[in-house]
Amino acid sequence: MLNINKQAENGKLVIALEGRLDTTTSPVLEVELKSSLDGVTELIMDFEKLEYISSAGLRVLLSAQKTMNNQGSMKVIHVNETIMEIFEVTGFSDILTVE
Amino acid sequence: MNRTGQPENNELVIAAELKNLPCVLDFIEGHLEGTSISIKQKMQILVAVEEIFVNIASYAYAPDQGNAIVRIEFSDEPVEVTITFMDNGIPFDPLQRRDPDVTLSAEERRIGGLGIFMTKKTMDSVDYEYKNGQNILRLKKSI
Repeated sequence: MLNINKQAENGKLVIALEGRLDTTTSPVLEVELKSSLDGVTELIMDFEKLEYISSAGLRVLLSAQKTMNNQGSMKVIHVNETIMEIFEVTGFSDILTVE
Repeated sequence: MNRTGQPENNELVIAAELKNLPCVLDFIEGHLEGTSISIKQKMQILVAVEEIFVNIASYAYAPDQGNAIVRIEFSDEPVEVTITFMDNGIPFDPLQRRDPDVTLSAEERRIGGLGIFMTKKTMDSVDYEYKNGQNILRLKKSI
């Protein structure tokens, strides 16, 4: 299960995720991002309520990061310990801006 | 507990299809409940189970279909959980896959192989064997 909450304001988009970003739910986020990144220069992904992420979720994050590299910036905030370790093991901590 | 000291119904036989992933995760999560496992360990195990099952569902029988067997066992010394995946698909050892280069930038990154790589990093051991026409992949994690 994944809940996606979006808040947009003047080119800034905050996406708060709740639940699990896995093989089943990642396509939902992918579609959501594709339709909402136009004109966004600052993307913030809030992971406070995200429990876990699998490689399918990492793929979506990588694709969002590539898009934002071309049009602005992206930040991932409130990352829990389990997800942080996954970012570190996979080198995603170097690709993403994690705060 | 049954005669072998394992919880009952510790084996799930299920069609190896992506839509069955939630069933597999529920099955594993159900057996982990009530153990001394930490949330972090539980999440690592669920991620590993997802990666392995998705691999089987995507490749083992393609373009046909078949079953996967998922078995969960606990041992006391050492205190660990063992999860075994079996399928009768094409012989395939995911551990032979080369690890991805995790130092590349976002633009250079290729995503393939990341799931198996994460599994190898977070489990204590991951073993593969092909025996009697079956792919057998075994994850172990001390808890």
